Amino acid sequence: MRRIILPLVCIAFGYLFVFTGTAWAMHISEGILPLKWAAVWYLVAIPFLVMGIFDIKRRSKTTPSFKPLLGLIGALIFVISCMPVPVPTAGTCSHPAGTGISAILIGPLMSVFVTSIALFIQALFLAHGGITTWGADIVSMGIAGSFAGYAAFKILRKFKCSLFVCGFAAGLLADWATYIATSFELASALHGGKSMFPVFYAILIAFIPTQLPLGILEGVLTGGMLVFVYNRRPDILASLGVLKEVDK
Amino acid sequence: MSRKNGAKIITVLLISLLLSASNHFAFAQDNTKWSGVDKTVVEKVAKEHGRSAWPPFINTDQGDLLLFVFLIAGVSAGFVMGYNFRKLFSKKED
Repeated sequence: MRRIILPLVCIAFGYLFVFTGTAWAMHISEGILPLKWAAVWYLVAIPFLVMGIFDIKRRSKTTPSFKPLLGLIGALIFVISCMPVPVPTAGTCSHPAGTGISAILIGPLMSVFVTSIALFIQALFLAHGGITTWGADIVSMGIAGSFAGYAAFKILRKFKCSLFVCGFAAGLLADWATYIATSFELASALHGGKSMFPVFYAILIAFIPTQLPLGILEGVLTGGMLVFVYNRRPDILASLGVLKEVDK
Repeated sequence: MSRKNGAKIITVLLISLLLSASNHFAFAQDNTKWSGVDKTVVEKVAKEHGRSAWPPFINTDQGDLLLFVFLIAGVSAGFVMGYNFRKLFSKKED
């Protein structure tokens, strides 16, 4: 069986590496959005940031292991969201978001805040994103990603799915929601006199070759990280309210 | 060939076909290989719609300076992650 599968897989991947193209990704560069639209996304992001700060203060007092967890998640998001991963199906490099795991562990509001810090440092020092587009990047990666991932996790937990499956869905949907939101932001600001939705669909479809596999990768990573935390420190998941009962 | 093996071969073929099809779709757009998509794509969309990106306020994208900054950022983030990971997961803390 291996003698058949291995050559097939090699042919498929070899083919993908030879014939490659580009795809589209999440960070919106400096100055891309007109100032009017940049301001709109700032206004959308600010209430979430304020709520995130209050949530951090509240949770730090009630949960003892919260501060180290916040530091770990913040650094993780920073690294993940500026780490280019080669995607053979598109022939380009793109990055996961990391907001699925952060929304599950620290909650969606704090995940938005932590993401905003990571995006700010990237925009300021790494030429990755932008200060004028910071609000838009927070909305797409922080808000859309965190809330989509959190909702997926909570809904699947209600259906008694395993921890890995719930984490997988959260990672997958957080990634895809980020790129859907980015498509919307770009289309709404740049469609000009044309209808917005054809532009939106065109950008969204162009994301598929990169983000379809990358979302699956992010799902696997998120599910794996959750299971790892459960195996090492189930009490952390219980104290954070991720698991009400200590079972998978 | 058993029925189970046949199903596996069909699955592999379907996955290969799906990946190939998505690749053809990507190939239709551009021919730049392993480009940094964050920059290339957004600038491409903006250009198509009459906008261009500004240089960053602190422009580290000059020569190997960006590599240096990425290295510093990676090391710093790695240190923070390791420090907090140890606090959370080491047995001493238990």
